[in-house]
Order: sequence, then structure tokens, then C-alpha cells
Amino acid sequence: MARFVVRRLIGMVAVLFAVSAIVFLVFNVIPNSDPAQRMAGKAATPRLVASIEEEWGFDDPLPQQYLTMMKKVFSGELISYFGREDVDERIVEGIPATFSLCIGAAAIWLFFGLLFGYLSAMNAGGKLDRALTILAVAGLSMPVPFIAALFLNYLTYKTEIFPSGGYVELTADPLEWLEHLVVPWITLAILYVGFYSRVLRSNMLDAMDEDYVRTARAKGLSERRVIRRHVLRNSLVPIVTLFGLDVGVLLGGAIVIEGLFSLNGIGEYAYISLQNVDLPPIMAITLFGAFFIVVFNTLVDIAYAYLDPRVQLGESAR
Amino acid sequence: MSEALLSVRDLRVGFVTEGGLLQAVDGISFDLAAGEVLAIVGESGSGKSVTAQTMLGLTRSTNARIEGWASYRGTELLEADDAAIRDIRGERIAMVFQDPMTSFNPVYRIGAQIGEAIRAHRRDVSKDEARERAVELLDAVGIPGAERRVDSYPHELSGGMRQRAMIAMALALDPEVLIADEPTTALDVTVQAQILRLLERLNRERGLATILITHDLGVVAETADRVLVMYAGRVVEQGTLDEIFYDPQHPYTWGLLGSLTRLDRERPERLPQIEGTPPSLLDLPPGCSFRPRCPHEFEKCSELPGLEARLPEAPGRRDRCWLDPADKRERRQ
Repeated sequence: MARFVVRRLIGMVAVLFAVSAIVFLVFNVIPNSDPAQRMAGKAATPRLVASIEEEWGFDDPLPQQYLTMMKKVFSGELISYFGREDVDERIVEGIPATFSLCIGAAAIWLFFGLLFGYLSAMNAGGKLDRALTILAVAGLSMPVPFIAALFLNYLTYKTEIFPSGGYVELTADPLEWLEHLVVPWITLAILYVGFYSRVLRSNMLDAMDEDYVRTARAKGLSERRVIRRHVLRNSLVPIVTLFGLDVGVLLGGAIVIEGLFSLNGIGEYAYISLQNVDLPPIMAITLFGAFFIVVFNTLVDIAYAYLDPRVQLGESAR
Repeated sequence: MSEALLSVRDLRVGFVTEGGLLQAVDGISFDLAAGEVLAIVGESGSGKSVTAQTMLGLTRSTNARIEGWASYRGTELLEADDAAIRDIRGERIAMVFQDPMTSFNPVYRIGAQIGEAIRAHRRDVSKDEARERAVELLDAVGIPGAERRVDSYPHELSGGMRQRAMIAMALALDPEVLIADEPTTALDVTVQAQILRLLERLNRERGLATILITHDLGVVAETADRVLVMYAGRVVEQGTLDEIFYDPQHPYTWGLLGSLTRLDRERPERLPQIEGTPPSLLDLPPGCSFRPRCPHEFEKCSELPGLEARLPEAPGRRDRCWLDPADKRERRQ
């Protein structure tokens, strides 16, 4: 276990290096991304551009620029090119909104995804199953911006049931916090509810055909126990994997939803920074997101080994 | 014959499929006496496993059509409600399946799975007591280091050990009947013999009535008292072990016996086999189902022969073949 964690930590350094190097290189090759030129404005004199270049170190060789940036990211000294704000501070400020969105939506989709999947599997082929299948496919195929537009139009603009955007701190006013998040939560959860219910349904139907389920019945277990201990228990293992990975990805910021609902979280910050081609925040947010993805990957593997004794965190596991 | 523990009369099991009604079992009847070993022999698809599973209500589903009558000590099985059949499953009639790897749940320890069987029927048994009982059972079926093995996961045991553990689980509640569905098919030959010896010992020492389901007549020869030979959902021949082996009446049984490889005879050029393949259950030939593969087929075979006693000297024997018994003896040579 200790060796596994150490190996994963080394892996994380490698992942963060690769991700940051790619982001840095991409930023330097895309057209119209010269930060000095952009910071100087449209009517910039060559002298102004040159002085900005010198001040910010844009005339240094690329590897050195990269190293300087990395040092600043991890020491919290990173300043954005536009607005000149403290990037790490902005990210920390965005954490409550992003985490509230992600955790709330995850709770909703996990609950309804599993409930619908379970009901579908237990009524496979029946009317309820068919109705839930249609719902799931609809949820899966509607683009998030479309759902968001529908909700914004009907729930906030026309009926004014919910506020149309913004984020209120949980500690400031729990009720307001909830009101502001309900619609984004549902919008984000719909896709995953569809996906998780389909996955659980098919896992359960597969499990019901397993020999060990027949054995469990032949032992004289009650049907409830057969389903809970043998069908459901084994079907949930892959769900744990999916859930861990999905949550890991979303903790790094949900760009589209946060942008559409002006949640002022990390995702929205990424959205704005991408529009401005502002490398420092993009770099920091990417690393922040990559960190969670690696951490949750590791947690998933540990959980997997715990849930399925055939899986070992030994030499062959990576 | 003593009082039957388990009786089956004219059991018919069909499944509604897209291609029509698939009659997996078409009128099988038998009795199992206490302490007896009954072998049901046939190729895959002959209906032997479906018969066994139907007795325990394991084939019940919306598209299954089950007719006939089966009882255990006077309790009707086919129409028993779920609670009643559950009391019999595992406790009075236990089952061992073909593949011990997939028949254990991979995520629970062996001991826990055995304990689960015990506690399903004995609410008052604690987890610790169930575990202790599991150790005794594993020891009784010849698993070395049972005290350690009880905490193993299924994948940590070898195939033979897993099948022993499976048998231990079946014995957990001291049942009267054991149904072993191809218990040795997934195992190595050397391990097969060990498992058969174990089943034989349990039959002898505990008086455990056993239904042995297999496609392998070699397995039958070592253990069975009586034999039912099934083909395409029907019994084609039944009799005692000696009768079936030394005086088989149905050409299908001759074929099965002929395809046994024997070390005490000279090796044939090619291993003998029954020509052709079993018919589709959705499209059975009229008359005798074996007719298309039978080298001795004649006009009368277009009519389905009943399962009848055809030998005056052996009234307990039954077969489904129109050939004259004297004629058969000649043709068999």
C-alpha cells in the first residue's frame, strides 16, 4: 500500500509536468497569443511592447519562462497577464462555488442514477423500464447548454422561481446558497443520471445471469438478499470507478455550467481566461484540475482493490 | 424399492423464445430413493440441467412453461410458493454446479458464503458459529488447512479445492438430497476422480441421495446406482447401472457407450462417435428424435415410441426404441 502510494505520487509529478508542458507549448504556438503584444493594446509602440517583454520576462528562452512560471504557480506568486490579479488567490476564492456545484450535483446524480437504474433492472422489459430508458436517453442526448437555456428561460427568466445566476456563500446565507445552486445542480446532474442509470441497469442484468446468483438462490436465500448481496453489490463496483473519476474531473471546474450560471467558480474563471488567452490562470487551473484527476484515480484504485478482492495494488498495478 | 424421497412425474419445461416454444424437457418421470445415486446422462441441451433446476424452482420466469408434478417428501415443488421452496432449497435439497469458479461470488470469502447458506435457514446461528461450522465442513470435504482456507476468496483456491468448497457449502445444512450438475466437467482429470470419490463417500457415509447430472458415462460408471439417458428433452432409456452398461437398449446409449475411450481395448483407428448433431429443440423431427442420426432407423420410427418396458425379464427397464430386443442384441455386435 505504501509503495503503491509512493508510486502514484511519482506518477502525479510526471502527469503534472506533462500537462503543464503541453499547455505552455500550445499557448506559445497558437496565433495571436503573444502576451506582450496583447497587453500593450492595439495602438502599441514597439518600445512599449519591448518594455513589457522585458518586465515580464517574455524575451527569456522558453524553458526558462516555463520554469519561472512553475515556480510562481507553486509559490502562489503567479499574476495574470490581464487584470494583473493574483491567480492562486482567485482559484482559492473559486473553490467554494466549484465544490458546492460538484458535490451537490454528484449527490443528486448518484441518488437518482442508482435509483432509476435499480428500478429499470428490476422491471426489465416492463413499462417502468421503458419509461426510464426514454428519460435516460433524453438526458444523455440533450446538450448541457440546451438544458441550461431551457431552465434559465422557464425557471428564472419567465417565472422567477430561482435566481438567474450568481453564487452566495453557504456561510453567508444557506437558503440563498441553495436557491442559487438548485438549477445548476439539476442541469449538471441530468446527463450523469442518464448515464449512471444505464450503466447500473446493464450491470445488474448481467449480474443476474451470473452463476453465483443462481448458487445464491439455490442456497435458499431470500430474493431480497440475493439482489442486495449478490446482484447489487457486484454491480456497484464499476459505478464506484465512474463516480470517482467523474467527481475528480468536475472538482477542477465545470467550465460550461459555471459560465452559464455565473457561479464565479474555478470553471468560470477558466472560461474567462480562455477568452482572454491568459496563460497564467489557464496554467494554474489546468494543474489544479489535473491534481484532482490523479488523486481521484488513485482513490478509485484503492477503493476497487477494497471492493473486489481479485484486484491487487501490487507490482502489476499502476 | 424403498419410499421415494423425491418424485417427478411427467415434468415438462418449455421456454417461450423468439423462435417459438422451446420444449427443453418433454415429460420426464423418476423417483429418487433415500441413499440412492441416480445419474441423468445426456449431451448439452438434452434437458438434464433444466430438469434439476426446475425441481428447485430455479427456472421459474415469466417465459417458462412448467407442467407436471414434482414432490419432495410429499411437498409439491413446482407450484410451491417462494417461501416454501426456499425452505427446501439448500436445506433439504442442495445443489452443486459445474463451474466452481463462477459459482462462487468472487467478492466474498468462502467461509462467508458458506455461513450465508447456514444463516439463511437458521436465524439463531451467529456469524462466529457459522464460521466455525464452515471450517468443519471444509475439513470434512478434505480441504487441508480449513481454518485458514475459510478466509480465502474463491480465486485464491484451485479448481478442485473450489469444487470441494462448493460441496461443503451444499452440505452446510445436512441435506437429504444433493443434485450435482456436471460437478467434474470443469476440472482436470485427476481432480475429477477425487471429486467423484468425495461424492461417493458422502453418499455412503451420510446416506446422501444424489442426482448426478453428466454427459460423461465414465463418471456414471464409477458412482451411479441407476441411470436415466436423456436425448432432446426426453428420457430414451432408463435402468440400473449394470443394465445400461451391459445391455443398452437404445441406439443412442450404444453410441454413448461406444464413444467411451477404454484403455483395456485396442485403440481404434478413429475415436468412435455418433454421426450428426442433436436436433434443434425448436424443430424436432417427427417420431423418434434420434431417428436422423440413427443407423438402425426403419419405417416405424416416424412414430414416437413410448418409454415402455420392452424386456420381459427386466420389468424395471424402460426405453424408447421400436427395434425388437433380440434384433438389437444382434445389431449391437
